[in-house]
Amino acid sequence: MSYKHVEHIDPYTPKSGAMVPLGVQKFLRTCLLWQAVRFAVINVRMTILILKSHH
Amino acid sequence: MARVVILGAGVAGHTAASFAKKWLGDEHDVVVVTPNSNWNWIPSNIWVGVGEMTKDEVVFPLAPVYEKVGIDYRQAKAVSIHPEGKEDSDTPFVTIEYTGQNRVGQTEELTYDYLINATGPKLNFDATPGLGNGNGQLGEHTVSVCTADHAIHASEELNKCIEKMKQGQKQVIVVGMGHGMCTCQGAAFEYIFNIEHKLKEQDVREKAELIFLTNESFLGDFGMGGMHIKMGGYAASSKIFAESLYAERDIEWVLGAHTTKVEEGKIHYKTLDGDTDEQEYDFAMLIPPFAGVGLKAYAKDGSDITDKLFAPNGFMKVDADYTPKPYEEWKASDWPKTLQNPDYKNIFAAGIAFAPPHTISKPMKAPDGTPITPTPPRTGMPSAMMGKAVTASICDMILTGATEPTHTACMSEMGAACVASAGKSLVNGTAAAMTVYPIVPDYEKYPGTGRDINGTTGEIGLAAHWVKHILHHVFIYKAKMLPGWTLIPE
Repeated sequence: MSYKHVEHIDPYTPKSGAMVPLGVQKFLRTCLLWQAVRFAVINVRMTILILKSHH
Repeated sequence: MARVVILGAGVAGHTAASFAKKWLGDEHDVVVVTPNSNWNWIPSNIWVGVGEMTKDEVVFPLAPVYEKVGIDYRQAKAVSIHPEGKEDSDTPFVTIEYTGQNRVGQTEELTYDYLINATGPKLNFDATPGLGNGNGQLGEHTVSVCTADHAIHASEELNKCIEKMKQGQKQVIVVGMGHGMCTCQGAAFEYIFNIEHKLKEQDVREKAELIFLTNESFLGDFGMGGMHIKMGGYAASSKIFAESLYAERDIEWVLGAHTTKVEEGKIHYKTLDGDTDEQEYDFAMLIPPFAGVGLKAYAKDGSDITDKLFAPNGFMKVDADYTPKPYEEWKASDWPKTLQNPDYKNIFAAGIAFAPPHTISKPMKAPDGTPITPTPPRTGMPSAMMGKAVTASICDMILTGATEPTHTACMSEMGAACVASAGKSLVNGTAAAMTVYPIVPDYEKYPGTGRDINGTTGEIGLAAHWVKHILHHVFIYKAKMLPGWTLIPE
Protein backbone atom coordinates (compact mmCIF):
# COMPACT_ATOMS: atom_id res chain seq x y z
CA MET A 1 0.00 0.00 0.00
CA SER A 2 1.30 3.42 -0.89
CA TYR A 3 1.33 6.27 1.66
CA LYS A 4 2.67 8.81 -0.82
CA HIS A 5 -0.07 11.30 -0.02
CA VAL A 6 1.30 11.82 3.49
CA GLU A 7 5.03 11.50 2.84
CA HIS A 8 5.75 15.22 3.15
CA ILE A 9 4.15 15.68 6.58
CA ASP A 10 6.96 15.99 9.09
CA PRO A 11 6.06 15.57 12.74
CA TYR A 12 6.15 18.59 15.04
CA THR A 13 5.80 21.03 12.16
CA PRO A 14 2.80 23.30 11.58
CA LYS A 15 1.75 21.04 8.73
CA SER A 16 1.64 18.00 10.98
CA GLY A 17 -1.47 19.43 12.62
CA ALA A 18 -3.39 19.63 9.36
CA MET A 19 -5.92 17.20 7.92
CA VAL A 20 -4.67 15.49 4.79
CA PRO A 21 -7.12 13.93 2.34
CA LEU A 22 -6.79 10.23 1.64
CA GLY A 23 -7.56 8.21 -1.45
CA VAL A 24 -11.34 8.16 -1.52
CA GLN A 25 -11.61 11.86 -0.78
CA LYS A 26 -9.11 12.66 -3.53
CA PHE A 27 -10.90 10.40 -5.97
CA LEU A 28 -14.24 12.05 -5.31
CA ARG A 29 -12.78 15.50 -5.89
CA THR A 30 -12.22 14.71 -9.56
CA CYS A 31 -14.87 12.00 -10.10
CA LEU A 32 -17.03 13.52 -12.85
CA LEU A 33 -20.25 11.86 -11.73
CA TRP A 34 -19.87 12.93 -8.10
CA GLN A 35 -18.71 16.38 -9.12
CA ALA A 36 -21.78 16.82 -11.32
CA VAL A 37 -23.87 16.28 -8.19
CA ARG A 38 -21.69 18.70 -6.21
CA PHE A 39 -21.95 21.24 -9.03
CA ALA A 40 -25.72 21.21 -8.67
CA VAL A 41 -25.44 21.48 -4.89
CA ILE A 42 -23.00 24.42 -5.06
CA ASN A 43 -25.28 26.26 -7.49
CA VAL A 44 -28.35 25.75 -5.31
CA ARG A 45 -26.35 26.85 -2.27
CA MET A 46 -25.11 30.00 -3.97
CA THR A 47 -28.59 30.82 -5.28
CA ILE A 48 -30.03 30.58 -1.76
CA LEU A 49 -27.19 32.77 -0.51
CA ILE A 50 -27.93 35.42 -3.12
CA LEU A 51 -31.67 35.37 -2.39
CA LYS A 52 -31.02 35.78 1.34
CA SER A 53 -28.59 38.63 0.76
CA HIS A 54 -30.75 41.04 -1.24
CA HIS A 55 -32.85 43.36 0.89
CA MET B 1 -34.35 65.79 -14.75
CA ALA B 2 -31.91 64.47 -12.14
CA ARG B 3 -28.27 63.68 -12.64
CA VAL B 4 -26.67 60.70 -10.90
CA VAL B 5 -22.88 60.76 -10.94
CA ILE B 6 -21.02 57.56 -10.20
CA LEU B 7 -17.34 57.70 -9.34
CA GLY B 8 -15.69 54.46 -10.42
CA ALA B 9 -16.58 51.68 -12.84
CA GLY B 10 -15.44 48.58 -11.01
CA VAL B 11 -17.82 45.94 -9.72
CA ALA B 12 -19.76 48.37 -7.48
CA GLY B 13 -19.68 51.40 -9.78
CA HIS B 14 -20.47 49.55 -12.99
CA THR B 15 -23.33 47.67 -11.31
CA ALA B 16 -24.68 50.96 -9.99
CA ALA B 17 -24.43 52.63 -13.41
CA SER B 18 -26.07 49.72 -15.21
CA PHE B 19 -29.09 49.64 -12.91
CA ALA B 20 -29.36 53.42 -12.68
CA LYS B 21 -29.69 53.61 -16.46
CA LYS B 22 -32.15 50.72 -16.58
CA TRP B 23 -34.39 52.15 -13.84
CA LEU B 24 -34.11 55.85 -14.68
CA GLY B 25 -34.23 55.54 -18.46
CA ASP B 26 -33.52 58.56 -20.63
CA GLU B 27 -35.48 60.93 -18.41
CA HIS B 28 -32.46 61.38 -16.17
CA ASP B 29 -28.70 61.56 -16.62
CA VAL B 30 -26.39 58.79 -15.48
CA VAL B 31 -22.74 59.82 -15.57
CA VAL B 32 -19.78 57.53 -14.87
CA VAL B 33 -16.41 59.01 -14.00
CA THR B 34 -13.52 56.57 -14.07
CA PRO B 35 -9.85 57.00 -14.97
CA ASN B 36 -9.88 53.57 -16.62
CA SER B 37 -10.82 52.81 -20.19
CA ASN B 38 -11.50 49.12 -19.52
CA TRP B 39 -13.69 47.07 -17.25
CA ASN B 40 -11.78 44.22 -15.60
CA TRP B 41 -13.18 40.96 -14.20
CA ILE B 42 -10.60 40.98 -11.42
CA PRO B 43 -11.14 37.43 -10.08
CA SER B 44 -9.78 36.02 -13.35
CA ASN B 45 -6.58 38.09 -13.07
CA ILE B 46 -5.33 35.09 -11.11
CA TRP B 47 -5.46 33.03 -14.29
CA VAL B 48 -3.71 35.81 -16.23
CA GLY B 49 -1.01 35.76 -13.56
CA VAL B 50 -0.15 32.16 -14.35
CA GLY B 51 -0.48 32.49 -18.12
CA GLU B 52 -3.79 30.63 -18.36
CA MET B 53 -5.65 33.65 -19.75
CA THR B 54 -4.78 36.73 -21.76
CA LYS B 55 -5.60 40.28 -20.80
CA ASP B 56 -8.20 40.43 -23.56
CA GLU B 57 -10.13 37.64 -21.90
CA VAL B 58 -10.55 39.55 -18.63
CA VAL B 59 -11.11 43.14 -19.79
CA PHE B 60 -13.32 44.97 -22.28
CA PRO B 61 -13.57 48.65 -23.29
CA LEU B 62 -16.19 50.60 -21.35
CA ALA B 63 -16.87 53.32 -23.93
CA PRO B 64 -18.85 51.23 -26.47
CA VAL B 65 -20.98 49.66 -23.73
CA TYR B 66 -21.85 53.01 -22.19
CA GLU B 67 -22.49 54.55 -25.60
CA LYS B 68 -24.85 51.69 -26.47
CA VAL B 69 -27.03 52.14 -23.38
CA GLY B 70 -26.76 55.92 -23.12
CA ILE B 71 -24.58 56.32 -20.05
CA ASP B 72 -22.48 59.51 -20.08
CA TYR B 73 -18.91 58.21 -19.70
CA ARG B 74 -16.08 60.48 -18.60
CA GLN B 75 -12.62 58.95 -18.61
CA ALA B 76 -11.37 61.03 -15.75
CA LYS B 77 -10.41 60.82 -12.12
CA ALA B 78 -12.41 62.56 -9.44
CA VAL B 79 -10.31 65.09 -7.57
CA SER B 80 -12.68 66.71 -5.09
CA ILE B 81 -16.28 66.72 -3.91
CA HIS B 82 -18.12 69.99 -3.23
CA PRO B 83 -21.34 68.82 -1.58
CA GLU B 84 -22.56 72.35 -0.80
CA GLY B 85 -21.70 73.83 -4.18
CA LYS B 86 -19.65 77.02 -4.24
CA GLU B 87 -20.10 80.64 -3.29
CA ASP B 88 -22.27 81.58 -6.28
CA SER B 89 -24.18 78.29 -6.56
CA ASP B 90 -25.83 75.80 -4.22
CA THR B 91 -25.57 72.95 -6.73
CA PRO B 92 -23.18 70.26 -5.52
CA PHE B 93 -20.45 69.18 -7.88
CA VAL B 94 -17.32 67.09 -8.25
CA THR B 95 -14.14 68.30 -9.83
CA ILE B 96 -12.74 65.81 -12.29
CA GLU B 97 -9.50 65.62 -14.24
CA TYR B 98 -9.53 63.79 -17.57
CA THR B 99 -7.19 60.87 -18.19
CA GLY B 100 -8.39 60.11 -21.73
CA GLN B 101 -10.91 61.00 -24.45
CA ASN B 102 -8.32 63.42 -25.91
CA ARG B 103 -8.73 65.69 -22.89
CA VAL B 104 -5.86 64.47 -20.70
CA GLY B 105 -5.14 66.91 -17.89
CA GLN B 106 -8.25 69.05 -18.46
CA THR B 107 -10.41 69.66 -15.42
CA GLU B 108 -14.16 70.11 -15.22
CA GLU B 109 -16.81 70.78 -12.59
CA LEU B 110 -19.50 68.12 -12.88
CA THR B 111 -22.73 68.90 -11.04
CA TYR B 112 -24.84 66.16 -9.51
CA ASP B 113 -28.12 65.54 -7.75
CA TYR B 114 -26.98 62.22 -6.36
CA LEU B 115 -23.43 60.96 -6.02
CA ILE B 116 -22.25 57.37 -5.64
CA ASN B 117 -18.66 57.01 -4.54
CA ALA B 118 -17.49 53.64 -5.87
CA THR B 119 -13.89 54.49 -6.62
CA GLY B 120 -12.49 51.28 -5.21
CA PRO B 121 -9.14 51.47 -3.47
CA LYS B 122 -5.82 53.09 -4.08
CA LEU B 123 -3.28 50.27 -4.25
CA ASN B 124 -1.01 51.68 -1.58
CA PHE B 125 2.26 50.04 -2.62
CA ASP B 126 4.34 52.83 -1.08
CA ALA B 127 3.06 51.98 2.41
CA THR B 128 5.84 49.40 2.50
CA PRO B 129 9.36 50.51 1.55
CA GLY B 130 10.47 48.67 -1.57
CA LEU B 131 7.00 47.36 -2.42
CA GLY B 132 6.22 50.53 -4.34
CA ASN B 133 8.34 52.62 -6.65
CA GLY B 134 7.96 55.81 -4.60
CA ASN B 135 5.40 57.21 -7.03
CA GLY B 136 2.49 55.10 -5.89
CA GLN B 137 3.06 52.34 -8.42
CA LEU B 138 4.26 48.77 -8.10
CA GLY B 139 7.99 48.61 -7.42
CA GLU B 140 10.62 46.63 -9.25
CA HIS B 141 11.17 43.83 -6.72
CA THR B 142 7.84 42.04 -6.56
CA VAL B 143 4.81 41.38 -8.73
CA SER B 144 1.06 41.85 -8.21
CA VAL B 145 -2.16 40.46 -9.67
CA CYS B 146 -4.33 43.43 -8.67
CA THR B 147 -4.72 44.65 -12.25
CA ALA B 148 -4.67 42.81 -15.57
CA ASP B 149 -1.40 44.52 -16.53
CA HIS B 150 0.15 43.56 -13.20
CA ALA B 151 -0.98 39.99 -13.77
CA ILE B 152 0.66 39.85 -17.20
CA HIS B 153 3.90 41.03 -15.65
CA ALA B 154 3.52 38.42 -12.90
CA SER B 155 3.07 35.67 -15.48
CA GLU B 156 6.19 36.76 -17.36
CA GLU B 157 8.28 36.76 -14.19
CA LEU B 158 6.87 33.38 -13.14
CA ASN B 159 7.80 31.92 -16.51
CA LYS B 160 11.40 33.12 -16.04
CA CYS B 161 11.42 31.29 -12.73
CA ILE B 162 10.06 28.14 -14.31
CA GLU B 163 12.76 28.25 -16.98
CA LYS B 164 15.41 28.37 -14.25
CA MET B 165 13.79 25.39 -12.54
CA LYS B 166 13.85 23.48 -15.81
CA GLN B 167 17.58 24.15 -15.90
CA GLY B 168 17.87 22.55 -12.48
CA GLN B 169 17.92 25.63 -10.24
CA LYS B 170 15.94 25.68 -7.01
CA GLN B 171 13.61 28.65 -6.66
CA VAL B 172 11.87 30.17 -3.64
CA ILE B 173 8.40 31.52 -4.39
CA VAL B 174 6.69 33.77 -1.84
CA VAL B 175 3.04 34.80 -2.14
CA GLY B 176 1.14 36.82 0.38
CA MET B 177 0.63 40.18 2.00
CA GLY B 178 2.86 43.20 1.51
CA HIS B 179 1.76 44.89 4.74
CA GLY B 180 0.27 44.07 8.12
CA MET B 181 -3.05 45.75 7.27
CA CYS B 182 -3.77 44.10 3.93
CA THR B 183 -7.00 42.53 2.77
CA CYS B 184 -7.69 40.13 -0.14
CA GLN B 185 -6.02 37.11 1.46
CA GLY B 186 -8.28 35.02 -0.76
CA ALA B 187 -6.59 36.32 -3.91
CA ALA B 188 -3.14 35.40 -2.61
CA PHE B 189 -4.53 32.04 -1.44
CA GLU B 190 -5.83 31.32 -4.94
CA TYR B 191 -2.69 32.58 -6.67
CA ILE B 192 -0.29 30.34 -4.73
CA PHE B 193 -2.47 27.30 -5.48
CA ASN B 194 -2.47 28.18 -9.17
CA ILE B 195 1.31 28.56 -9.12
CA GLU B 196 1.64 25.19 -7.40
CA HIS B 197 -0.64 23.62 -10.01
CA LYS B 198 1.34 25.17 -12.86
CA LEU B 199 4.66 23.97 -11.43
CA LYS B 200 3.26 20.44 -11.32
CA GLU B 201 2.07 20.73 -14.91
CA GLN B 202 5.53 21.91 -15.93
CA ASP B 203 7.07 19.03 -13.98
CA VAL B 204 9.24 21.30 -11.83
CA ARG B 205 7.32 21.25 -8.53
CA GLU B 206 10.19 19.60 -6.66
CA LYS B 207 12.47 22.49 -7.63
CA ALA B 208 10.33 25.08 -5.84
CA GLU B 209 9.89 26.03 -2.22
CA LEU B 210 6.49 27.69 -1.84
CA ILE B 211 5.84 30.03 1.08
CA PHE B 212 2.63 31.85 2.01
CA LEU B 213 3.39 35.01 3.99
CA THR B 214 0.27 36.39 5.61
CA ASN B 215 -0.90 38.94 8.14
CA GLU B 216 -3.61 36.54 9.29
CA SER B 217 -3.08 35.19 12.81
CA PHE B 218 -4.28 31.82 11.52
CA LEU B 219 -4.74 30.37 8.04
CA GLY B 220 -8.34 30.74 6.95
CA ASP B 221 -8.97 34.04 8.75
CA PHE B 222 -9.58 35.68 5.34
CA GLY B 223 -10.12 39.06 7.02
CA MET B 224 -13.43 37.77 8.39
CA GLY B 225 -12.14 36.39 11.66
CA GLY B 226 -12.33 32.96 10.06
CA MET B 227 -15.56 31.00 9.94
CA HIS B 228 -16.97 27.68 10.93
CA ILE B 229 -17.88 25.42 8.05
CA LYS B 230 -20.34 22.57 8.12
CA MET B 231 -18.11 19.60 7.32
CA GLY B 232 -18.49 15.89 8.03
CA GLY B 233 -21.00 16.39 10.79
CA TYR B 234 -18.89 19.06 12.48
CA ALA B 235 -18.79 22.83 12.54
CA ALA B 236 -15.11 22.93 11.59
CA SER B 237 -12.93 26.03 11.68
CA SER B 238 -11.77 27.46 8.38
CA LYS B 239 -8.30 27.09 9.92
CA ILE B 240 -8.62 23.32 9.54
CA PHE B 241 -9.97 23.71 6.01
CA ALA B 242 -7.18 26.06 4.90
CA GLU B 243 -4.32 24.28 6.65
CA SER B 244 -5.36 21.06 4.96
CA LEU B 245 -5.14 22.71 1.55
CA TYR B 246 -1.66 24.07 2.23
CA ALA B 247 -0.35 20.88 3.81
CA GLU B 248 -1.66 18.77 0.94
CA ARG B 249 0.24 20.95 -1.51
CA ASP B 250 3.38 21.13 0.64
CA ILE B 251 3.20 24.90 0.97
CA GLU B 252 4.85 26.46 4.04
CA TRP B 253 3.19 29.36 5.82
CA VAL B 254 4.27 32.33 7.93
CA LEU B 255 1.50 33.80 10.09
CA GLY B 256 0.91 37.20 11.66
CA ALA B 257 3.50 38.87 9.46
CA HIS B 258 3.86 42.56 8.70
CA THR B 259 6.17 43.14 5.74
CA THR B 260 8.41 46.02 6.77
CA LYS B 261 10.67 46.29 3.73
CA VAL B 262 11.23 44.63 0.38
CA GLU B 263 14.60 44.45 -1.32
CA GLU B 264 15.74 42.56 -4.38
CA GLY B 265 15.53 38.92 -3.33
CA LYS B 266 14.71 39.63 0.31
CA ILE B 267 11.54 40.40 2.29
CA HIS B 268 11.90 41.82 5.80
CA TYR B 269 9.01 41.25 8.18
CA LYS B 270 8.01 41.32 11.80
CA THR B 271 5.49 39.02 13.41
CA LEU B 272 2.83 39.23 16.09
CA ASP B 273 5.16 37.61 18.62
CA GLY B 274 7.70 40.39 18.08
CA ASP B 275 10.24 38.50 15.99
CA THR B 276 11.86 40.19 13.04
CA ASP B 277 12.98 38.00 10.21
CA GLU B 278 13.93 37.93 6.54
CA GLN B 279 12.72 35.71 3.75
CA GLU B 280 14.81 35.33 0.63
CA TYR B 281 12.91 34.80 -2.60
CA ASP B 282 13.31 34.42 -6.33
CA PHE B 283 9.70 35.33 -7.14
CA ALA B 284 7.31 37.20 -4.87
CA MET B 285 3.71 38.30 -5.34
CA LEU B 286 2.73 40.55 -2.47
CA ILE B 287 -0.68 42.24 -2.25
CA PRO B 288 -0.45 45.92 -1.29
CA PRO B 289 -2.58 47.47 1.44
CA PHE B 290 -5.61 49.45 0.29
CA ALA B 291 -6.37 53.11 1.03
CA GLY B 292 -8.93 55.60 -0.19
CA VAL B 293 -8.11 57.19 -3.53
CA GLY B 294 -7.36 60.54 -1.90
CA LEU B 295 -10.50 62.49 -2.78
CA LYS B 296 -10.73 65.88 -1.09
CA ALA B 297 -13.94 67.60 -0.01
CA TYR B 298 -14.68 71.31 0.28
CA ALA B 299 -17.49 73.32 1.87
CA LYS B 300 -19.33 76.16 0.16
CA ASP B 301 -16.82 78.69 1.46
CA GLY B 302 -13.93 76.63 0.12
CA SER B 303 -12.82 75.29 3.50
CA ASP B 304 -11.50 71.74 3.61
CA ILE B 305 -14.10 69.29 4.95
CA THR B 306 -12.33 66.11 3.85
CA ASP B 307 -12.37 64.75 7.40
CA LYS B 308 -16.14 65.26 7.52
CA LEU B 309 -16.75 63.04 4.49
CA PHE B 310 -13.87 60.64 4.80
CA ALA B 311 -12.25 58.52 7.51
CA PRO B 312 -8.49 58.98 8.06
CA ASN B 313 -7.78 56.02 5.74
CA GLY B 314 -9.49 57.88 2.89
CA PHE B 315 -12.64 55.77 2.75
CA MET B 316 -16.03 57.51 2.82
CA LYS B 317 -18.05 57.73 6.01
CA VAL B 318 -21.52 56.23 5.75
CA ASP B 319 -24.22 55.14 8.20
CA ALA B 320 -21.91 52.91 10.25
CA ASP B 321 -21.28 53.24 13.99
CA TYR B 322 -17.73 54.59 14.03
CA THR B 323 -17.58 54.93 17.82
CA PRO B 324 -14.25 53.42 18.90
CA LYS B 325 -14.86 50.40 21.10
CA PRO B 326 -13.04 47.21 22.07
CA TYR B 327 -13.40 44.03 20.04
CA GLU B 328 -15.55 42.44 22.75
CA GLU B 329 -18.19 45.14 22.23
CA TRP B 330 -18.36 44.96 18.45
CA LYS B 331 -21.77 44.17 17.06
CA ALA B 332 -23.20 43.29 13.68
CA SER B 333 -25.27 46.47 13.94
CA ASP B 334 -22.09 48.57 13.78
CA TRP B 335 -22.01 47.92 10.03
CA PRO B 336 -23.70 50.32 7.61
CA LYS B 337 -27.02 49.40 6.03
CA THR B 338 -27.99 52.12 3.55
CA LEU B 339 -24.43 53.31 2.78
CA GLN B 340 -25.67 56.89 2.86
CA ASN B 341 -23.37 59.63 4.09
CA PRO B 342 -24.77 60.95 7.40
CA ASP B 343 -24.10 64.64 6.60
CA TYR B 344 -24.98 64.79 2.92
CA LYS B 345 -28.02 62.66 2.18
CA ASN B 346 -27.48 62.67 -1.58
CA ILE B 347 -24.06 61.02 -1.29
CA PHE B 348 -23.62 57.26 -1.00
CA ALA B 349 -20.62 54.94 -1.07
CA ALA B 350 -20.44 51.36 -2.35
CA GLY B 351 -17.85 48.62 -2.50
CA ILE B 352 -14.37 49.19 -1.15
CA ALA B 353 -14.92 52.96 -1.09
CA PHE B 354 -17.01 52.96 2.11
CA ALA B 355 -15.27 53.18 5.47
CA PRO B 356 -15.86 50.06 7.59
CA PRO B 357 -16.57 50.77 11.28
CA HIS B 358 -13.71 48.47 12.26
CA THR B 359 -12.08 45.27 11.08
CA ILE B 360 -13.93 41.97 11.23
CA SER B 361 -10.87 40.05 12.40
CA LYS B 362 -9.79 40.63 15.98
CA PRO B 363 -7.29 43.52 16.04
CA MET B 364 -3.81 42.37 16.95
CA LYS B 365 -0.51 44.13 17.45
CA ALA B 366 3.15 43.21 17.62
CA PRO B 367 4.75 43.94 21.02
CA ASP B 368 6.06 47.25 19.65
CA GLY B 369 2.47 48.31 18.84
CA THR B 370 2.56 47.65 15.10
CA PRO B 371 -0.97 46.64 14.07
CA ILE B 372 -1.05 43.33 12.21
CA THR B 373 -4.66 42.60 11.34
CA PRO B 374 -6.35 41.67 8.08
CA THR B 375 -8.75 44.40 6.98
CA PRO B 376 -12.30 43.54 5.89
CA PRO B 377 -12.82 42.06 2.43
CA ARG B 378 -15.56 43.88 0.51
CA THR B 379 -14.86 43.04 -3.09
CA GLY B 380 -16.84 41.04 -5.64
CA MET B 381 -20.30 39.90 -4.65
CA PRO B 382 -20.76 42.30 -1.69
CA SER B 383 -19.59 45.22 -3.84
CA ALA B 384 -22.12 44.43 -6.55
CA MET B 385 -24.93 44.11 -4.01
CA MET B 386 -24.00 47.45 -2.47
CA GLY B 387 -23.89 49.10 -5.89
CA LYS B 388 -27.35 47.79 -6.72
CA ALA B 389 -28.86 48.67 -3.33
CA VAL B 390 -27.68 52.29 -3.24
CA THR B 391 -28.85 52.74 -6.83
CA ALA B 392 -32.27 51.33 -5.96
CA SER B 393 -32.53 53.80 -3.05
CA ILE B 394 -31.52 56.73 -5.23
CA CYS B 395 -33.93 55.76 -7.99
CA ASP B 396 -36.76 55.59 -5.43
CA MET B 397 -35.77 59.04 -4.18
CA ILE B 398 -35.85 60.40 -7.73
CA LEU B 399 -38.88 58.56 -9.06
CA THR B 400 -41.16 58.28 -6.03
CA GLY B 401 -39.94 61.12 -3.85
CA ALA B 402 -38.74 58.80 -1.08
CA THR B 403 -37.00 60.87 1.57
CA GLU B 404 -34.95 58.04 3.06
CA PRO B 405 -33.04 55.18 1.43
CA THR B 406 -35.39 52.32 0.63
CA HIS B 407 -32.82 49.54 0.20
CA THR B 408 -30.01 48.18 2.33
CA ALA B 409 -26.87 46.17 1.70
CA CYS B 410 -25.35 45.44 5.07
CA MET B 411 -22.32 43.15 5.34
CA SER B 412 -23.78 41.64 8.49
CA GLU B 413 -26.93 40.72 6.58
CA MET B 414 -25.45 39.50 3.31
CA GLY B 415 -23.40 36.52 2.31
CA ALA B 416 -20.52 36.01 -0.06
CA ALA B 417 -19.37 33.24 -2.31
CA CYS B 418 -15.74 32.65 -3.13
CA VAL B 419 -14.30 30.17 -5.59
CA ALA B 420 -10.54 29.70 -5.39
CA SER B 421 -9.24 27.70 -8.31
CA ALA B 422 -6.12 25.59 -8.65
CA GLY B 423 -5.58 25.52 -12.37
CA LYS B 424 -8.14 26.18 -15.07
CA SER B 425 -8.86 22.77 -16.49
CA LEU B 426 -12.40 21.42 -16.68
CA VAL B 427 -11.24 17.86 -16.04
CA ASN B 428 -8.37 18.11 -13.58
CA GLY B 429 -7.27 20.30 -10.71
CA THR B 430 -9.48 21.10 -7.76
CA ALA B 431 -10.91 24.39 -6.59
CA ALA B 432 -12.24 25.41 -3.21
CA ALA B 433 -15.81 26.70 -3.23
CA MET B 434 -16.76 28.60 -0.11
CA THR B 435 -19.88 30.42 0.99
CA VAL B 436 -20.26 32.51 4.10
CA TYR B 437 -23.43 33.96 5.60
CA PRO B 438 -23.30 36.59 6.86
CA ILE B 439 -19.92 38.11 6.03
CA VAL B 440 -19.75 39.94 9.36
CA PRO B 441 -20.57 37.50 12.15
CA ASP B 442 -23.73 38.22 14.13
CA TYR B 443 -23.39 36.53 17.51
CA GLU B 444 -26.82 37.72 18.64
CA LYS B 445 -28.64 36.17 15.71
CA TYR B 446 -26.36 33.15 15.37
CA PRO B 447 -25.02 32.37 18.85
CA GLY B 448 -21.94 30.18 18.79
CA THR B 449 -20.26 30.53 15.42
CA GLY B 450 -21.80 33.92 14.59
CA ARG B 451 -22.97 32.64 11.23
CA ASP B 452 -25.65 30.48 9.69
CA ILE B 453 -23.96 27.10 9.65
CA ASN B 454 -26.16 25.95 6.75
CA GLY B 455 -25.03 28.93 4.68
CA THR B 456 -21.36 28.78 5.61
CA THR B 457 -19.76 26.00 3.66
CA GLY B 458 -16.56 24.92 1.99
CA GLU B 459 -15.72 22.08 -0.31
CA ILE B 460 -12.96 21.09 -2.65
CA GLY B 461 -13.45 19.60 -6.07
CA LEU B 462 -13.57 19.92 -9.80
CA ALA B 463 -17.14 21.24 -9.68
CA ALA B 464 -15.85 24.48 -8.23
CA HIS B 465 -13.68 24.89 -11.35
CA TRP B 466 -16.81 24.67 -13.46
CA VAL B 467 -18.46 27.27 -11.25
CA LYS B 468 -15.44 29.57 -11.61
CA HIS B 469 -15.57 29.25 -15.41
CA ILE B 470 -19.29 30.00 -15.44
CA LEU B 471 -18.85 33.02 -13.16
CA HIS B 472 -16.12 34.35 -15.46
CA HIS B 473 -18.27 34.21 -18.60
CA VAL B 474 -21.58 35.12 -17.00
CA PHE B 475 -20.31 38.21 -15.18
CA ILE B 476 -18.46 39.53 -18.21
CA TYR B 477 -21.67 38.98 -20.22
CA LYS B 478 -23.62 40.85 -17.57
CA ALA B 479 -21.10 43.68 -17.40
CA LYS B 480 -21.36 44.11 -21.17
CA MET B 481 -25.11 44.60 -20.63
CA LEU B 482 -25.96 42.07 -23.32
CA PRO B 483 -29.55 40.84 -23.74
CA GLY B 484 -30.97 39.41 -20.51
CA TRP B 485 -28.19 40.81 -18.31
CA THR B 486 -30.62 41.72 -15.54
CA LEU B 487 -31.56 38.06 -15.11
CA ILE B 488 -28.05 37.33 -13.83
CA PRO B 489 -27.95 37.96 -10.09
CA GLU B 490 -25.20 39.89 -8.34
